[in-house]
Amino acid sequence: MINSSSENVTKLNSINRRMFITGSLKFFIMIGLISRLFFLQVKENKKYLTLSDKNRIREWKLAPVRGEFHDYFGNVIAGNYEAYQLHIIPEEVEDFRYVIYRLKDLLELSDKEFKKVLKKKNEIKPWETLIISDNLNWKKFSKINNHLYDLNGVKPVVSISRNYPFKENFTHVLGYVSQASEKDIEDTEAIKKNFVPGLKVGKVGLEKSLEAKLIGTNDIERYEVNAYGRRISQLKFQKGEKGKTLRLTLDTKIQQLANELLKDKAGSICVMDIYTGAIIAMHSSPSFDPNLFVFGISQDDWQIIRNNPMKPLVNKTLQGNYSPGSTIKPIVALSALENGIINTNFTVKCTGKTEMYGQTYHCWKKKGHGFMNLRDGMKQSCDTYFYEVARKLGVDKLSETAKKFGLGYKVFGDLFDIEKKGLIPNTKWKKNALGKGWLLGETIITGIGQGYIQTTPIQLCLMTAQIANGGYKIYPQIIIDKNKDQPNDKYTPLYNDSKNIKIVQDAMFGSTNEVMGTSYRSRINDPKYQFAGKTGTAQVKKITKKDRELDLKTFEIPYEERDHALYVAFGPYKHPRYALSVVVEHGGNGSTTAAPMAKKLFKLIIDRHELRDSINNKKYMDI
Amino acid sequence: MYQHTRFNNNNFNLFQKFKNFDYILLACILLLGFISLATMYSTDGGKVLFHTKSHFIKLIIFTTMMLIFSFINIKFWFLIGYFSYFVVIVLLVWTYFFGITSSGSQRWIDLYFINLQPSELMKIFIILCLAKYFHRMKLESVNSIYTILTSLIIIILPMGLVIVQPDLGTSVLIVISGIAVLWFAGINHKYFIYTMLGFLISLPFIIAFLKPYQKLRVLTFLNPDRDPLGAGYQIIQSKIAVGSGGVFGKGFLKGTQSYLEFLPEKHTDFIFTLFSEEFGFVGSFFLLLIYAIIIYRIIAIGASSRSYFAKIFCYSFGAAIFVYITINMSMVLGLLPIVGSPLPIMSYGGSSMLATMIGFGIVMSARVHSQQSIA
Repeated sequence: MINSSSENVTKLNSINRRMFITGSLKFFIMIGLISRLFFLQVKENKKYLTLSDKNRIREWKLAPVRGEFHDYFGNVIAGNYEAYQLHIIPEEVEDFRYVIYRLKDLLELSDKEFKKVLKKKNEIKPWETLIISDNLNWKKFSKINNHLYDLNGVKPVVSISRNYPFKENFTHVLGYVSQASEKDIEDTEAIKKNFVPGLKVGKVGLEKSLEAKLIGTNDIERYEVNAYGRRISQLKFQKGEKGKTLRLTLDTKIQQLANELLKDKAGSICVMDIYTGAIIAMHSSPSFDPNLFVFGISQDDWQIIRNNPMKPLVNKTLQGNYSPGSTIKPIVALSALENGIINTNFTVKCTGKTEMYGQTYHCWKKKGHGFMNLRDGMKQSCDTYFYEVARKLGVDKLSETAKKFGLGYKVFGDLFDIEKKGLIPNTKWKKNALGKGWLLGETIITGIGQGYIQTTPIQLCLMTAQIANGGYKIYPQIIIDKNKDQPNDKYTPLYNDSKNIKIVQDAMFGSTNEVMGTSYRSRINDPKYQFAGKTGTAQVKKITKKDRELDLKTFEIPYEERDHALYVAFGPYKHPRYALSVVVEHGGNGSTTAAPMAKKLFKLIIDRHELRDSINNKKYMDI
Repeated sequence: MYQHTRFNNNNFNLFQKFKNFDYILLACILLLGFISLATMYSTDGGKVLFHTKSHFIKLIIFTTMMLIFSFINIKFWFLIGYFSYFVVIVLLVWTYFFGITSSGSQRWIDLYFINLQPSELMKIFIILCLAKYFHRMKLESVNSIYTILTSLIIIILPMGLVIVQPDLGTSVLIVISGIAVLWFAGINHKYFIYTMLGFLISLPFIIAFLKPYQKLRVLTFLNPDRDPLGAGYQIIQSKIAVGSGGVFGKGFLKGTQSYLEFLPEKHTDFIFTLFSEEFGFVGSFFLLLIYAIIIYRIIAIGASSRSYFAKIFCYSFGAAIFVYITINMSMVLGLLPIVGSPLPIMSYGGSSMLATMIGFGIVMSARVHSQQSIA
């Protein structure tokens, strides 16, 4: 008993000692847990609170509303309309196969379209939005809405989409919008900032260059979401701003006429206000319907546009480098007068051809024009006369004057990234670019706008406008922006003696309105519409001896070898206000193809002048 | 004195039993039950749904059961020590062959009215069994090879049966419960140190034998950010929830992390996270305090118990409860890798609550019959 009792005592001692050890251990562990809690909940609270908010709050960006384009009179030429779309986020759909086949039935998708959707699905990440259809009609859209209970994960979306009501009329000015590509997002900050799946951005033209102004800002919806991304409640809705609506200087009616005139032809028409530089019309033909691109162009349509030999994708007004042909002659004459090389009485005898430096140079008129002074030379566009003038003038002085009048430079600066500079050659240029010395023979053909010299239709228009306004510098503009500063050198004289400008203007008047003038047949006698101009015919290939003997009519020559027809003009002659340039690729002859178009254009332009002016006046009255 | 006690022992009446009750412990358990109900209500999104109802019913039944157990003489518990262990072993074997498989492990047996998880019961009955085993043992024979081997077999047998389910968390808790008894029984502390060293050395080999998902848990614990949406998700979200609770919490029913379902397993293993998010540091501290009082009371009951069996049971049970709490909280607070271990009473789960309540019942019985000696 005693034994057992002492045994019990040791046992109790042991267990109590161990209990004490355990108890202390527990105490310290408890302290550890509490300090951990303190660390997380008190010390690091801010950090975890932020993380928790990040967890539960998610923002949805909605596509911004794109700014519109209006013409001068406020007509919408690029607008928005509501497009009904279907979106799916594959990740959020339980049974994707079922849903997609159900949709195929409901939307009556063809196998081809269906495959395209499946292909797109494989290309995107599962959490990215898959656009099943981006432009549904109302009937199908409501049908889908009625079946939504069955289509878990499908989101019907009312989106805003681009619309070009005048179709091909403004394509080359405005460009078009289409789905933003990776490159678009990377290159343009505004797109990156506002990107949402399905966002359409400008691909060419003003739509592209003015992207930052047009794009607007996203609507932002802030939702509380659960762990599965399901929206629980809306916390905030922040309305985005619509992109800026831009008013252009263009006149839709004239633009439409230009489009009509150039129907089935390749070429360009541009019309400009000679004082403000406002572009009234600017059209390149053939054109295409930009609406085709908005939702992604179909392969067939794309092939039609791409394979068209007249190259609808090329903006000929800005990108087309043409030999100016005889339309350069006003500048040649002006340069010679300004430099004192000739005066109005300088006379050359034209025999149809002339020999210089061992080469024969032909005038367009085989029989020759006889004795020609400056006015007659311009009026009848005598090549022999201008060979002689150019020879005396020299190419360097000519290029100086030409550049002064805007040739050889981009007319719109950086506005259009596709715009070409053209080429005004001089001796220095040839040495640098080709490494060869200038030949005198090259000066001679430059005098009639052949050889190296190249100009774009918009440059020719600007050149004509600056001659028409009395020789003052203007800056062409296409967007009406009251806040934009006018360049300082606007309206600085480009001449040394204003008389010389008058002489050239008068010669151009003769060319159109007097017998023997090259565009006499296209004249308008009514002084209200009367205009002055200069025809041009640019050779596409060198005329061989054989060609001269054959002397074929335009329609007998293969299309690609026909001459380009050009015409520049300004009017009304008494009080000039507008200048234009017409280029018809392979149109044959300036006086028969291009000049008659100018006649129709001037009729309309001048008829609409009052209306155009009244808009301006009205604006002042409003203020 | 001896006579007097003896007299008392023989004349236990109901009144005295009530008088002997540990009301502080009872109050703490009831308070904990109430808190757990409120938390469960919050996990159901502020509605009385399945979990809340089920938890409530279980609380009522098991608390009543605990009270009934308190009146059963401690001698009875001593008597069924081996038998109960044996029954649970049979149940575990039964589970191995006929158990219900759920989310990849076979842990439950279907008793028609309830799905029972025998491994949870083993956490208690292994203590009961070992306590009985060491009750009459002389201190010298405690450290004999025979004793150590026998007790190790008693521990390893259920451990193996639970590991194959597979359920690492519960098997660890069973082993810890068993080891706690060995410790209090007075097995030489050198053995514990050697075992600990051996365990550390063999740790790499053990890891090699772990299932891929268990390895992942360990790796994730070491660096939760390595896969924030996958394996690390639970730890990260749990830490966010606790951390964002702040000093006073987001308020009852306002825990965004749990309400918006960022929290995994919020009814069971991660219930503390939700509680902590809604009631903050103050609430968590309060909860820990309740647990601390409960453990303190259990130890106090053990200290005042006359019988060695009751002492050893109370101490070990107190230690076991402490370990459950510590492991669960450390896991939730990102201090330990994620192993499935419920928080006693708070977590949803019948078997766990049943086992805990049986434990409390026995402790209470030890209190009521503290002067009872077991021959």
